[in-house]
Amino acid sequence: MGTGGETAAVVGIGMTEFSATRGDVSMPGLVREAAQRALEDAQMDWEDIDAVVMGKAPDFFEGVMMPEIFLSEALGCVGKPMLRVHTAGSVGGSTALVAASLIHSGVHQKVLTVAWEKQSESNAMWALSLKQPFQVSINAGAGGYFSPIIRQYMIESDAPDLIGCMVAYKDRQHALLNPYAHLHQPDLTFDQVVESPMLWEPIRYSETCPSSDGAAAMVIVHESVAEKSANPAWIHAGAMRSEANNFPGRDEVNPQASRECAADLWKQAGISNPREEIDAVEMYVPFSWYEPMWLESLGFCERGDGWKMVESGATHLEGGDLPVNCSGGVLSSNPIGASGMIRFAEAALQVRGMAGQHQVAGAKKALGHAYGGGAQYFAMWVVGADKPTS
Amino acid sequence: MRKVAVVAAASRQEEKMLDTEVEMMIPLITKVRESVGLQQTDIDFTCSGSSDFLAGQAFSFVMTLDAVGPNPPIVESHVEMDGAWALYEAWVKLQMGKSETALVYSYGKPSPGSIRDVLATQLDPYYVAPLWPDAHSVAALQARLLLEGGHTTIEQLADYAVRAGRVSDHEEYFSQPFIADPLRDADCPSYADGGVAVILATEGVAEKLSDNPAWITGIDHRIDAHHFGVRDLTMAPSVRLAAKNAGVSDAAVDVAELHAAYTTHEVIIRREMGLSVRPNAKQRSYPLAADTLMASGLLRIAEASRAIWEGGAQRAVAHATAGHLLQQNLVCVLEGGQP
Amino acid sequence: MSEIIIPEILQGKEPVQSVRTPIRMEYTFTPGVAAQAYLREFGKKKILANVSPVDGAILVPPRGADPRHGVLCEEFVELPHQGHVGSFCITNVPIPGRKDLDLPYISAWIFLDGADIGFLNLVSECPPEDCRIGMRVEAVWKPDDEIGMTAENILYWRPNGEPDIPFDQAGVRGWRYRASENSDA
Repeated sequence: MGTGGETAAVVGIGMTEFSATRGDVSMPGLVREAAQRALEDAQMDWEDIDAVVMGKAPDFFEGVMMPEIFLSEALGCVGKPMLRVHTAGSVGGSTALVAASLIHSGVHQKVLTVAWEKQSESNAMWALSLKQPFQVSINAGAGGYFSPIIRQYMIESDAPDLIGCMVAYKDRQHALLNPYAHLHQPDLTFDQVVESPMLWEPIRYSETCPSSDGAAAMVIVHESVAEKSANPAWIHAGAMRSEANNFPGRDEVNPQASRECAADLWKQAGISNPREEIDAVEMYVPFSWYEPMWLESLGFCERGDGWKMVESGATHLEGGDLPVNCSGGVLSSNPIGASGMIRFAEAALQVRGMAGQHQVAGAKKALGHAYGGGAQYFAMWVVGADKPTS
Repeated sequence: MRKVAVVAAASRQEEKMLDTEVEMMIPLITKVRESVGLQQTDIDFTCSGSSDFLAGQAFSFVMTLDAVGPNPPIVESHVEMDGAWALYEAWVKLQMGKSETALVYSYGKPSPGSIRDVLATQLDPYYVAPLWPDAHSVAALQARLLLEGGHTTIEQLADYAVRAGRVSDHEEYFSQPFIADPLRDADCPSYADGGVAVILATEGVAEKLSDNPAWITGIDHRIDAHHFGVRDLTMAPSVRLAAKNAGVSDAAVDVAELHAAYTTHEVIIRREMGLSVRPNAKQRSYPLAADTLMASGLLRIAEASRAIWEGGAQRAVAHATAGHLLQQNLVCVLEGGQP
Repeated sequence: MSEIIIPEILQGKEPVQSVRTPIRMEYTFTPGVAAQAYLREFGKKKILANVSPVDGAILVPPRGADPRHGVLCEEFVELPHQGHVGSFCITNVPIPGRKDLDLPYISAWIFLDGADIGFLNLVSECPPEDCRIGMRVEAVWKPDDEIGMTAENILYWRPNGEPDIPFDQAGVRGWRYRASENSDA
């Protein structure tokens, strides 16, 4: 039970507005905006921070090698320890967990963690498709990679074709309740989602995530500091798992690394029935079909039943018993390197009762989830309104 | 803090390696695990360090994970940093009390790219990088300040170059033309492809895996400002602070493994660390002669640990650096004997 | 945060939203030991795979490693030029650097006969709506005088007309299916 080590909590959260191009800020300005807001929320100043942990996805997205080096001043870490995490798409989650480990370990008392991406600085498709001389170049971005996996899920689970559209429509509705979300489409109809062009069949345009600029930040502190805060989000569990990309017999639809990461997480959090005990979920869903797939993998239902939860409306903020991605999720805002941390931060906002219009009433325990690579890197945490008992 | 030791290491460096990163790392990871009789399933945490810009490919570390054999899935993390910081992350993880062993590895192949250009992309992208100042030219700015400020002499730089084996004597050193005045070729790093893997273990386990564990008695890392204009380039406050927090000056050391890629960096590192060296203290290997970006720092820790295992040293210090002009630094003190 | 005071001469000007600073870096890649062997034979219209030293699993294209065990694979075996579609994507998005591809095109995980993992390639001479998991395919090579030591000697894969592989034995499920067959035997 428990994370191991000292008890830690989130006492400050900051996010930027997410949009396709944040031309009004530089890279330092972007990270500063999120970090400043997190510090203000924590009622702290830059000098209160012991160490900084920064995460983002591939450096080719901005064309700057190890950009944390030049962001040293902007991140307020001159004279302090600074770590840079990169675990593919799960990096925002992994970064939060590394920051938390600095508290759990007893090494530090107050840590600032920031994750970001400024995709407008470069071309993501270019960054992900750098010509490699010994490989055939036929994969158009992440959609081309995940589409064959989704196709197999649809057949294996016998899911109706429009489940993915239901997820996409729900998340875009949720995004209307989140002022920071990149996509605000008040006039979008379900039919428009269904009729949007097929990009990577079976993935439609409206079932994919946008490409965003943005940053998220959190202040994570030791129990003794958190007790002075009005509403800390206590960290009940944190888990990471990785597996290889392509090997004989790999379960691509429901990867073993995902299942084992979730099992470890629930054990740490003392949760035996996730569906009953979790009040809000922020899940990494860059393509709509991953919501039912992860619902199964995380143990919220039996394998093959994820789409039934979606179909029943269980994952809606309005009337659902397990609201998923009340913030609008990755489908509504996707600064890749930050997307995992946004999930972790949104889960913390929920249990702090600070999620504004997209608040799940009375949320006590929430899941933050991220994945990356070829669905092979996983990072997850459970945060709670109450201090963990073990 | 729990006591943690380095119990095994395996490394390889060559001027230009034809293996892929996976082919290079498999023998090293296999060897380091076998040397302490562990299988991957016995290892509680795995952490690595590497850079996409060196590899010329996004998500390059994903394929290298194959070298570990992460099956069943492993608890794993990656830093886009030198492996010394991956070791730091693993050391932190072991402090949480639930993990007893860690595999840490890092690697870099500077040979595929034009490394001086690649490193230019690490500079401020708005004001500095568009000018494409190469790494040696930037280092020369610092070197001139050191020389003209009386912090070092050309003769001292020549001494360091001779000791690292870059030149055989002063005569040869002075016969070299400047490549970035006042730096000669022998003042600048000779890059090498390579990789390194180490095993960490906590007290109680480490003694079973090694007859003479190299205990980490202090470890700290700090970063300075990036912008050249706001730093006194003759100093590296982050080295000083990390060394102080790691307890370098608590006692003399037998071995100092410094990630000094330029002769001028050794001048600064030695001064900022306040190294008190025993009469026979030595450095066993020189990044000046073989700098493997992203692995050089972890290699220093591996070399310092070897000095303890192989019996000669009781107390050793290892140093790692990142960024230009010693901007970010990590210092690790290792000791043999009882924890 | 303190306000930035903009000099009078700059006031009222359109704010700078971006600066273009093009980056160009050249890399000379080495294929590695396994890919070198593969490319040499591929240039002779032969498809080499690695054999896992642990359990004989066949891995193509060879990367010199069995990722399940973290071991080097030094043994090679030649595979036939036919297989089946493990899964696929019908793509309507152009790829940077592949202006030759007409949309939509089919990218598929091809499982060569005898191979235990798939590798990504194109399927053509097949209307997208007819493509299916388990469909049998064969390689269509470039003309002999265009074949070289490159990864691109196979133009695409096309249906060969043989009966489909059942879904539960196709693609990644094949390994698990065979494992369960073996444990029953």
